[in-house]
Amino acid sequence: MLQQPYDLEVGAGTMAPETFLRVLGPQPSNVAYVQPSRRPADGRYGENPNRLYKHTQLQVILKPPPDNVQDLYLESLGAIGIDLRQHDIKFEEDNWESPTLGAWGIGWQVMLDGLEITQFTYFQQCGGVDLEPISAELTYGLERIAAFLQDVDSIYDIVWAHDPQSGKAITYGDVRLAEELQFSVYNFEMADVEKTWKHLELYEAECKALLDAYPGGLKVASSGTSEQAPVERKRTPILAAYELCLKCSHLFNVLDARGAISVTERVGVIARIRTLAVGVARAYIDQQQTEHEVSLEAQSAPQKQPKLKREKVATT
Amino acid sequence: MLDFLLEIGCEEIPARMIDVASAEFAKRVGDLIKREGLGVVSPVVYSTPRRLAISALIAPRQPDSTSQSVGPSVAIAYADGRPTKAAEAFAKKVGVKVDELEVMESAKGKYIFANLKTVGRSASEVLAESLSHEIGAISWPKSMYWRSKNERFIRPVRWLVAMLDDQIIPMEFAGIRAGGESYGHRMLGRKVTLKGAKEYESALERVSVVARRESREQRIRKALDAATRAVSGAKWREDAKLLDTVVNLTEWPSVVMGNFDGEFLALPEEVLVTVMRDHQKYFAVEDREGKLAPHFLAVLNTEGDPQDIIRHGHERVLRARFNDARFFWNTDQKITLRCRVDLLKQVTFQKDLGSYYDKTLRVQRLASWVSETVKQAGIAVRPGIVHKAALLAKADLTSELVKEFTELQGVVGGLYAKAQGLDPAIGDAIYDHYKPESMDDAVPRTMEGAMLSIADKADSIAGMFALGLQPTGSRDPFALRRQANGIVRIIAERKLPIGFQDLFYSARATYVGSAVEARFKKREEFFADLAVFFKERLTFYLREIGGFAYDVVNAVLVADADNVVDALARAEAVTKARSIEGFESITTSFKRVKNILRQARESGKYRVAAANLSEIPWTDEHERLLAGTIARVSAKVSEFDSENDYLKALWWIATLRDNLDAFFNNVMVMVDDERVRANRLALLQTLLNEFSTIADFSEIVTEGQSSN
Repeated sequence: MLQQPYDLEVGAGTMAPETFLRVLGPQPSNVAYVQPSRRPADGRYGENPNRLYKHTQLQVILKPPPDNVQDLYLESLGAIGIDLRQHDIKFEEDNWESPTLGAWGIGWQVMLDGLEITQFTYFQQCGGVDLEPISAELTYGLERIAAFLQDVDSIYDIVWAHDPQSGKAITYGDVRLAEELQFSVYNFEMADVEKTWKHLELYEAECKALLDAYPGGLKVASSGTSEQAPVERKRTPILAAYELCLKCSHLFNVLDARGAISVTERVGVIARIRTLAVGVARAYIDQQQTEHEVSLEAQSAPQKQPKLKREKVATT
Repeated sequence: MLDFLLEIGCEEIPARMIDVASAEFAKRVGDLIKREGLGVVSPVVYSTPRRLAISALIAPRQPDSTSQSVGPSVAIAYADGRPTKAAEAFAKKVGVKVDELEVMESAKGKYIFANLKTVGRSASEVLAESLSHEIGAISWPKSMYWRSKNERFIRPVRWLVAMLDDQIIPMEFAGIRAGGESYGHRMLGRKVTLKGAKEYESALERVSVVARRESREQRIRKALDAATRAVSGAKWREDAKLLDTVVNLTEWPSVVMGNFDGEFLALPEEVLVTVMRDHQKYFAVEDREGKLAPHFLAVLNTEGDPQDIIRHGHERVLRARFNDARFFWNTDQKITLRCRVDLLKQVTFQKDLGSYYDKTLRVQRLASWVSETVKQAGIAVRPGIVHKAALLAKADLTSELVKEFTELQGVVGGLYAKAQGLDPAIGDAIYDHYKPESMDDAVPRTMEGAMLSIADKADSIAGMFALGLQPTGSRDPFALRRQANGIVRIIAERKLPIGFQDLFYSARATYVGSAVEARFKKREEFFADLAVFFKERLTFYLREIGGFAYDVVNAVLVADADNVVDALARAEAVTKARSIEGFESITTSFKRVKNILRQARESGKYRVAAANLSEIPWTDEHERLLAGTIARVSAKVSEFDSENDYLKALWWIATLRDNLDAFFNNVMVMVDDERVRANRLALLQTLLNEFSTIADFSEIVTEGQSSN
């Protein structure tokens, strides 16, 4: 399935719900989407040819991963015109971890002629929950791949498009340089620390309120024995809670770039956001289970279906 | 014999784990074969990023064996010469016919028994049953699951080859059934059907895989040499760790030489080499004079690069990396190290021990104490330099360059200090203050660097120990053992008059009045734990680096393990003293003395204490003689002790031999007379106290005595 980019600030494609939420629970999912990813601390005022405040990822989730997932990945490089027989490709150990999302995985950075072009991860845990089945996450760095294909030294020199009339090249720099400069200024110099903190607290409070509203509460939710009406559980806007959690994460990154988070605060704030993410993950799993049970009842299927049944996924 | 072959086909195993894992894999499989009585001849181990394999000659089956099973007595087994029900039941139980039962005579009487034959099982059957367990038992630093949570391996297993000659061993691991098909190089190779172990290596060679690690290493070395020849007079920089890495990143290696713009050579060599080695896994190239040349060598996992496409790509990446480094270097210069000290408030050292700013202030105080102590002992050191260097030592943690290349911490600080016009001695001290980072690494070049290094390490160790975070077993997340080894080595090599007690007394003192102090363990416990810890470190140093015999090390450190230099001197003296006439027999006598005193103490009935020997009214000539000798010799010993001439002191102790022997031959210590006995125990205790300051001689293992 091809999905649209998520329309909120995220630090990586992993944080979009198509990854963070869909990797939870037993439901298979095969999805790809482009995700603009914002990392305030990585901004360089547009002066560094290789670093960006906002870069673009192509995110692919294969759940469960097919046995030939590495081959599929290599074929995908062929599909964009890279003849691997003429290149040097290596899978080098690189494990991934996000403390704020309670997520980690094992995998590689894929090196093409010495350039890291993809992060390949087998997710093991997300939202503090062991994944069954696991997912393979392929994160392609689009700027890097484009610079590689076009053989340019600076990301800003990547040709984005050509004017159909004049044939003049429109470069990445033409399109994005101002954004890089201005957001660097904002994130490093001008973001109002006090207000940003306030925003973070407001979003956090609202996220918490939604999670608290989950029928039966989260403790019950995690064990899936809530007696509340399934409909009530299904209606609870966990997806909205997740957006609020993402807002917190982004604001935290802004404050961090701004140098406004002290050593002692830092650990605490990460833990607070993690609590939200874990709460969302638990509620989401419970919700999925509820839905599954409801649909079973609807079919009034007498046979007992295993909850964590592994489904064969057609590989494409 | 059969040709055995086992290959685990896997997605790319992390390079750093392959050597250890393939050794364990080979050992597990080899042990299994031996344990099962299948013999094992000429095993060969293969490993690449995508496979662990072993081949060997093994027996086709286990040998048959016989054993005897004893049944009931003849009286029960036979009635009127005919087998009873009991005999029939026994025969049935052990699986023989009744008329095959035999009679044996033992001390207890006559019994029936059966000769049991165990037919050895076929190698295939045995291996099919046990191999997958051995595969699953290989330990990995960090493993994963991909099918179900109880099947773990380093990365997903994708194929399995298990063969005896050309027959498949029917086994399975993680849902993969063993077959006779393997896979070649990802890009250059293809699937390959194996005919057996004998042709394994050549079959893989045909699909572009060099299966043997040693062959790949050789191939890479040759290719590095060949590629370097393109530049006359150039040499590639030997780097054992990097070579191991690239050997384990490739199946079909080749090498290209690339170039970079000479203007990057304006950046410090340390930075350029780190970028090439740690981030790009390139070998550095030097010119005739040994200076870094604007070339690099990349080890590829493919046949070659006929169109220069790959070289071009690697050059592009390195150019970007070097541009980054230069950008960071220039950006970093906008804020001086002195200004960066304040920024350290934002960098956590450890959550309870505060920020690196807090650490900086502590290390500065401790470093001052260390350098003043050393200076007072007449050793040339400039405390002012140490003081300034300590303030700036951690400032580079806030620099962009160190954030990007963390392995350059310290080095960057040192380079920046010089670039910012500070006294070069300050720069050198900062540059070296993480040293020594391993057993092979050198200690800091300057005395000021040594002072700073000791203070920095001691501060970390003190804080962690006080919080109860000392290393346990194989867990040492803060590398405290390595840091302590570093302190021991610096003190030893620089011959510094610094005792652990004093050092850590001062280290702990830097916390007085801080909030975290309330959470520290008790003082006595803190010092006791540290004493045990440093005794271990010192033992390690004296044995592994000093090369001293273990009993000498034990003897010396029982006497005292606080002062490294002193312990070294005593260990040297005791080692030499072993050849002194009478020394060995002294050690035997000391064991005897210790035993008598211990037994007396353990009995709980007697008072055992040293005494002023001159005030004791002796009843026996040998007592008096020994007491007199002790007084005389101990005066000599303390004289030489105070001059640190331990060998002379030991020579004097050895002269006690005759009197001691005479004493033991003629005097009974544990006599009934209470006063006499107490006096004699006091005599021995005094002897032990007086002469155990250099070493506990009872620890010395003499010839004919086995070690304990």
